[in-house]
Amino acid sequence: MRILVLAEHHDGVLAGTTAHVVAAAKAIGGDIDVLVAGENVAAIAEAAAKLDGVSRVRVADHAAYAHLLAEPTAALLNALAGDYTHLLAAASTTGKNVLPRVAALKDVAQISEIIAVESPDTFKRPIYAGNAIATVQSEDALKVITVRTTAFDAVAEGGSAAVEAVDLSFTKGADNTQSTFLKEELAKSDRPELSAARVVISGGRGMGSGENFKLLDGIANKLGAAIGASRAAVDAGFVPNDMQVGQTGKIVAPELYIAVGISGAIQHLAGMKDSKVIVAINKDEEAPIFQVADYGLVADLFEALPELESKL
Amino acid sequence: MKVLVAVKRVIDYNVKIRVKPDHSDVDLTNVKMAMNPFCEIAVEEAVRLKERGVASEVVAVTVGPKAAQEQLRTALALGADRAIHVETDERVESLGAAKALAKLVEEEQPGLVILGKQAIDTDNNQTGQMLAALTGLPQGTFASEVKVEGEKLQVTREIDGGLQTIELSLPAIVTTDLRLNEPRYAKLPDIMKAKKKPLDVKTPADLGVEVASKVKLLKVEPPAERQGGVKVGSVDELVDKLKNEAKVL
Repeated sequence: MRILVLAEHHDGVLAGTTAHVVAAAKAIGGDIDVLVAGENVAAIAEAAAKLDGVSRVRVADHAAYAHLLAEPTAALLNALAGDYTHLLAAASTTGKNVLPRVAALKDVAQISEIIAVESPDTFKRPIYAGNAIATVQSEDALKVITVRTTAFDAVAEGGSAAVEAVDLSFTKGADNTQSTFLKEELAKSDRPELSAARVVISGGRGMGSGENFKLLDGIANKLGAAIGASRAAVDAGFVPNDMQVGQTGKIVAPELYIAVGISGAIQHLAGMKDSKVIVAINKDEEAPIFQVADYGLVADLFEALPELESKL
Repeated sequence: MKVLVAVKRVIDYNVKIRVKPDHSDVDLTNVKMAMNPFCEIAVEEAVRLKERGVASEVVAVTVGPKAAQEQLRTALALGADRAIHVETDERVESLGAAKALAKLVEEEQPGLVILGKQAIDTDNNQTGQMLAALTGLPQGTFASEVKVEGEKLQVTREIDGGLQTIELSLPAIVTTDLRLNEPRYAKLPDIMKAKKKPLDVKTPADLGVEVASKVKLLKVEPPAERQGGVKVGSVDELVDKLKNEAKVL
């Protein structure tokens, strides 16, 4: 078995998700190569080479790959994939954008968001917003897979893989004329990244306004937590949508998840029900969130939050 | 410009699903079905493009069983001009659907194809990207804003951490995120009118494609149940439990 992992990176830094995808690759077994595609990615390649279990880092350094746009990146992967039995990426917006395109170019199915490896061709994945778990088997020669990163523990550092440049003369991806990157607007935050945080505190429609989300700041600071939101809070315009936890937002599985003013709709539960400990603070005793919460506090959040902050 | 919009019939998003006792699949007998929510957004965007004079014709398409014609009629009631049904009783997943859609793109030559970013049953998030690959067209996935600028398409995409704007050459494939628009409801007169709009039925064989899924579904299980927890009486008790019982503080 030979596995190629597409590394993800932002602002010159290797994304934490890559170490989780390598862990899934180790569960499959075999030689693991990591592809670092981008522009000026030498430092990212070095970081990838340190991941435990990686045997080789392949570097495609070219302006065409600067933002990992789907058209050039898929063409590159299509050119390289012939050497591999498995192609893996994180089920992030980057992996979800690029990998199905590669799969179709190779005329193979893709298996999305695996949460467990049963064998090199059999995997478990959630369907119906996480309300059922499917075990699926792929008979394709090349298995194209995205990985739900919260389901696999990141591999440690300590490896020293060889780093080598990919010969780009044979790929067609570098002459992309179909798509152009114009701009990016990223939400600035000093807090830990939502999908990687040890503690997440999320607010829902019950918060009442965007202003009231400040009530979560103090608690988040004390716990080193990331702040999330339910779709209701995002749709109501309280907070930007990149904070959304749920089927259509981010999937998180922190050690502690605190849901404040969130009823617990199916779509929200799909994004957080694998958290180790769930706390719900809600004034509605009947809210479905209490059915999954380990600790429930029936209280007005405007009284409970300041008290909680003062007692941490 | 002609716009093709793909819709899927899925279980209604409010339904709490049941797994069949033999674990072969999810039980869909006598369950409320509806148009996939992301597809509704795709139809709405296509209709808005027509209302703005950008699109000349909106064609709704689906791949699936006979009953999926209900969802095509819904799309027609919402403002699509005509519909094409690729009828099959096979279990179709993304690659098969993308192959059928690619043939329709070849036949219809649309300037733009709009799909939902994912179906809420299989949660694959693949079909639009695969269609783009098979047709050789550029893709704007997870779109929260779409602007046609002459021969180009500007797409604002929802990415981890924020928004990204890209420009694509037309024709192109777009998949919708929830925030692209708020779909309208079909009015009764429009539902009546939709019954008279043309709906073509084809088979995968007519299109010369194989749509059955090659990925074997071995087993479907309910997820591990979470144990119902305890209710605490005060913030003090909550902090104490988190510190001493759960040990997460």
